[in-house]
Amino acid sequence: MNRKTTDKLAKTWLWFSAILIILTLLAVLGYIFTMGIGSFSISFLTEMPRDNWRSGGIMPAILGSLIVVGIALLFATPIGVGTAVYLTEFTKEGKITRLIRMSADSLNAVPSIVFGLFGLALFVFYLREYTGGPSLLSAGLTLGFMVLPTIIRTSEVSMRAVPFAERMESYGLGASKLETIWNIVIPGAIPGIATGIILSIGRAVGETAPIIFMVALNPTIPESIFGSGNTLTTQLYYLAMEGISLKVAFGTALTLVLIILILNTIARILKRKFSANLRRS
Amino acid sequence: MKKGNGINTEKIVAAILLLFSITASFILLLIMLFIFDSGLPMFSKIGILDFLLGDKWIPAKNLFGAFPFIVTALIVTLGSVIIAVPLGVSCAIFLSEIAPRWARNIVRPAIELLSGIPSIIYGVFALVVIVNLVKISFNLATGETILAASIILAIMILPIIISISQDAIESVPRIYREGSYSMGATDWETISRVVVPAASPGIIAGIILAMGRAIGETMAVVLVIGNVEKLPMSFLSSGETLTSAILLEMGEAVVKSLHYNALFCLGIVPFIIVLIFSFLSSRLIAKTKTRFA
Amino acid sequence: MEHKNKIEIRNLNLWYSKNLALKNNNLDILEKQVTALIGPSGCGKSTFIRCINRMNDLIDDVRVTGEVNLDGKNVYDADVDVVALRKRVGMVFQRPNPFPMTVYDNIAYGPKIHGVRGRDKLDKIVEESLKAAALWNEVSDRLTTSALELSGGQQQRLCIARTLAVKPEVLLFDEPCSALDPISTGKIEDLIYNLKRNYTIVIVTHNMQQAARVSDFTGFFLMGELLEFGDTKELFEHPKEKATEDYITGRFG
Repeated sequence: MNRKTTDKLAKTWLWFSAILIILTLLAVLGYIFTMGIGSFSISFLTEMPRDNWRSGGIMPAILGSLIVVGIALLFATPIGVGTAVYLTEFTKEGKITRLIRMSADSLNAVPSIVFGLFGLALFVFYLREYTGGPSLLSAGLTLGFMVLPTIIRTSEVSMRAVPFAERMESYGLGASKLETIWNIVIPGAIPGIATGIILSIGRAVGETAPIIFMVALNPTIPESIFGSGNTLTTQLYYLAMEGISLKVAFGTALTLVLIILILNTIARILKRKFSANLRRS
Repeated sequence: MKKGNGINTEKIVAAILLLFSITASFILLLIMLFIFDSGLPMFSKIGILDFLLGDKWIPAKNLFGAFPFIVTALIVTLGSVIIAVPLGVSCAIFLSEIAPRWARNIVRPAIELLSGIPSIIYGVFALVVIVNLVKISFNLATGETILAASIILAIMILPIIISISQDAIESVPRIYREGSYSMGATDWETISRVVVPAASPGIIAGIILAMGRAIGETMAVVLVIGNVEKLPMSFLSSGETLTSAILLEMGEAVVKSLHYNALFCLGIVPFIIVLIFSFLSSRLIAKTKTRFA
Repeated sequence: MEHKNKIEIRNLNLWYSKNLALKNNNLDILEKQVTALIGPSGCGKSTFIRCINRMNDLIDDVRVTGEVNLDGKNVYDADVDVVALRKRVGMVFQRPNPFPMTVYDNIAYGPKIHGVRGRDKLDKIVEESLKAAALWNEVSDRLTTSALELSGGQQQRLCIARTLAVKPEVLLFDEPCSALDPISTGKIEDLIYNLKRNYTIVIVTHNMQQAARVSDFTGFFLMGELLEFGDTKELFEHPKEKATEDYITGRFG
């Protein structure tokens, strides 16, 4: 075959592969949208489910997701940012830093169902007295463990991006290390840390397997974090698996997708602001 | 005066932060501890070979042969890789070598979006769309097949393959491309004979990482694979993977029973595989970085 | 001996975005002679020779006007096949850039893409090219080892062999020795001197002694303009422009 023809054919294939991927994205999102928009409304988001989920809203699930993600962040943010501070400000590259990073990377790769088993064994059984067994607290902590690596990684990157010169200025003015970290490094790293938090929210709100053993299909508002609850993802799983109500299922799916889209947009805006900060340095 | 206090506080803070930093490693160890603690008791009752190679999984009769699950998991992963790698590497090549800026600004965010979609959403989509497509295309009684699972998994691992392959391809130094062009090679000849081979360790690293993801995935698979505890005959068979078995049976397993332990053992397999793959992958990526130093 | 013009450059202008990098260059390059281009860094010498094999096409936002006539045909004409052009006009770069493949595969790369098939034919081409690049004796017993294991000087001669393997008519050298040690530099200078028997050669160098040793004609570039051009001996002993004289005697650059 002609060399020019081969070249053209290859390029056509490459374009095709990119287009195919865009079409796949549109297919998935489009399908969820068209199937879910029928049930979607403000009342859907704020009402309680009725008639065994065949009608009504999904408010408990939304609340449950919020609580669970909130707990996860409450755990992961201080520990993650603290780890990042330690890695960037208190140690040099060496065995310890590499071990920490390798642990974080490995933790990040652990399959979600394994987190589910771990959470079951640790929080639901071993620590039953403290967590209330299969509860929103257990679910939140499990997810917190899952998103910790993300917070560590994004916080470390954004802290390292704070220019060395700014730290030097602070020291030059007589500030201590802690004052410099608190007043210069962390504030400078906030856009990056915020991005990491947004990414973690996205990940935590979308996970099912880690919490499937701790969260039930509960039609009531959760009374406390030590009690059982319901989240958007687990609800979607049960509705789909048991074939209970396709209407509510797709409405739930659409809600979940919308949350992800909003988070994604916020993250992108933050990322742009973050690199704008980088550029000014 | 102030300085003295300051340094002490600093030391305390450093110690606290060190404790924080160890948390990640600590959690990893805890996971290993608890998973093995709950899983290993099974091996005293049932030998490890019986577990890995036994082909009957009947909890009621204390039969825990995980072979069908292992095989199904491998086939599903293989299928997803066969679909996703050509497509993903091609898209990566497109993004780094051919795409004009406007195209890149559309495709890259699209891939990011794909990677952010929750697995349960993929599962629901696959259940309603892909399963029916498979059923109609192949004229089957049910579309809940390994093929359906492979297809949805392929979509899910595409972002990893594309992003890591793109990094690898972009890190191939310009001078190699220039050398090729200066001898009268076409774009495709340069890409296929020089750039991609030079980037192959990195591309393979991405594929390995993607395989780890695929083996560990649960939600998308469990809804579309049919959940039949038999050894699969082909891609059009239904089956059950390690992960879907855990999900489906944990609700019925009595706590601390042999069944419970066995389910944890099922989790050990993907856990170890993913750790190994993660390690291999980062080694390969490090190798590409030094190759072009 | 009568040498005709192999390449005639007329009114060549090149813009990087809004910056005019090459200003109205006019030059004749004679067949089977060595033409050297000297001048301070960044004055456009490399950009200039990259117009001859249209390697500047690979850079975004570059605009070229004027003519580069190879055997009478402008290489920038719309109907010119760039791929075929680059087979006729080969290039050796500043830093040796052998592919991460075996020695053999590096040399065989060019012939293979231009359609040469058959182990025997390729073996022959590999041997001939390595001999022509004065490298055969050093690598004949390790053709299947990685090219990256060779020394810097050997890698550069490998790149020359690789270029020769596609049987070009013109060889462009872009500061080929600037990354090499003096001994390797000497070997390559001898090589270039011998190659001119069969090839038209243009060499960009910031080493004036090299230009004086190796070339028949020399052009002096300053700020994108070709300030002076002529017989090498003449230019170095009796430069016509003051700037040329200043540069040669080391007063700047």
